[in-house]
Amino acid sequence: MKILVVDDETDVRVLFEQRFRREIRSGLFTFSFAYSGEEALTYLHDHASEVVLILSDINMPGMSGLELLRHIKQAYPAPPPTPPQVMMITAYGDDTSRQQAMQLGANDFLTKPVDFAALKEKLTVLASHEN
Amino acid sequence: MNVNTTIFFSILIAVGLVRVVRKFLDLPTRLPRVNRLLDYIWVPGVALFGLSSLVSWKSDQLDELYLLFVFGVGIWVLLRLRTYRPARLLLLAALPFVVYSAFELALALAAPAVLKEYDDSFEVAQAFTFIWLFTFALIARNQKNQLEKDRLLREEEEKAKQRISAQNVELERLVAERTATLTQQAEELRYALTELRITQNQLIQSEKMASLGELTAGIAHEIQNPLNFVTNFSDVSAELLTELEEEQQKPDRDPELEAEILTDLKQNLQKITHHGQRAASIVRAMLEHSRANNGERQPTDLNKLADEYLRLAYHGLRAKDKTFNATITTFFDPSLGKISAVSQDLGRVLLNLFTNAFYAVQKKQKDGNTPGYVPTVSVNTLHRSSGEVEIRVRDNGTGIPESVKDKIFQPFFTTKPTGEGTGLGLSLSYDIITKGHDGTLMVETEEGEGTEFIITLPG
Repeated sequence: MKILVVDDETDVRVLFEQRFRREIRSGLFTFSFAYSGEEALTYLHDHASEVVLILSDINMPGMSGLELLRHIKQAYPAPPPTPPQVMMITAYGDDTSRQQAMQLGANDFLTKPVDFAALKEKLTVLASHEN
Repeated sequence: MNVNTTIFFSILIAVGLVRVVRKFLDLPTRLPRVNRLLDYIWVPGVALFGLSSLVSWKSDQLDELYLLFVFGVGIWVLLRLRTYRPARLLLLAALPFVVYSAFELALALAAPAVLKEYDDSFEVAQAFTFIWLFTFALIARNQKNQLEKDRLLREEEEKAKQRISAQNVELERLVAERTATLTQQAEELRYALTELRITQNQLIQSEKMASLGELTAGIAHEIQNPLNFVTNFSDVSAELLTELEEEQQKPDRDPELEAEILTDLKQNLQKITHHGQRAASIVRAMLEHSRANNGERQPTDLNKLADEYLRLAYHGLRAKDKTFNATITTFFDPSLGKISAVSQDLGRVLLNLFTNAFYAVQKKQKDGNTPGYVPTVSVNTLHRSSGEVEIRVRDNGTGIPESVKDKIFQPFFTTKPTGEGTGLGLSLSYDIITKGHDGTLMVETEEGEGTEFIITLPG
């Protein structure tokens, strides 16, 4: 299952790769990383049907996570092809952001610091559905 | 009729003469005692008459004798008053007449024949003395009037002098009064000035604190991120260690995997240190920002300072308004090097300019009059060939109307709603750049298009 992580913090890559080292090694998940909303859109354009899940930070310079979410939802108006799931991650776990994210069609809303155990569980469930 | 009774006419003349002379010479004030004595001028006349009656002495000259006495008294009075110039003149006027009268009387008594013989001559002489008398009496009168006039004039002058000196005294009193008031006012003003200086310092400090308040959310965000990394990398390192231990227990150990885990562990520890330092540097920046100014210049990396405060300002605003987002472009000239500056002061200036820029683009976005508007704030640094260092903070926000452009550096001028701005940000920034760093702070703006602040510092 291909997952695109969008965050302006570059160390997120190292972190994800270590947190999910077993899953990556076993081939359960494949991670790609983008460091801005714009970069994520470019990546999605090139790898349209591969990405199953997008994990995006909200607070980024330039295009914010919410804008990215809107773009993604506009690009995939209705299935087929199956639109990717989008999970938003933010340091500001307030209700307005959550509601906004949900309104824009986010599939889930996580707050930083990310609870990796819970995330892993969610991803595993998604992966089993995928297969 | 008794010849001697003619003396009574003489007495009347004498009394009249006394009155005239008295008035003319102002005797009651000049010679009070003599004046009183003159009341009795008639006494010798009456006495003479009584005496002549007693001795049955009849003479045509009795009245003349008395008049001569009166004249003598007159001369005596005038002599006593000789210091008074009209009196002297009067003396001069009367003297020939009196001397002549005395001479004629003596002649009439001693040799009446001679008198008769030279009657014409005597009459001429008498007439001459009369003319002399009246002429000089007139001159004396004129002189007296003149003197009187002079006296009045002097009195007038004296009065004027007194008036002036009275006015002087009054003026001096007023001046003293005014001086006292002014001194008091100066004292009050000095006190007010001291109070104002204290207040100004307090305001500067509270402006710092206010901007720190704006920063809090940004700081929290900026600290939260590295802290999350610290936690995550620690956690994941613990997992890695467990995996490593498990691997070591296995009979068929994979040395490649173990090496990989060890490399990761080492890398994680570096990440933990890095993010720990990142958090620490933010805390340090915050402390520096709030600390009272010690004004010491230190070699400062402007690129790093600008980057730090740009993030703080951005996240500060983001924390307040979650919907807000802006494109930030930066170009940090790598040849900038370090310049001597009070970093916390420059930080405040930058923070202020960034906050303003974000405020302007946010406002334009909220107004919603520009379709497809992308709020953009750009920060550029440049090492000019002239050696100066330039920082440009540009936004494509609301811009500054021409009418207020001249006022933006004035203290307490703000366009923000009450409670949102102290109006000190730009004025303090201006002082910090111009007075504190010998630089310039300029603004280029177009209403509705955007604003650019340009800081120039000597390299």
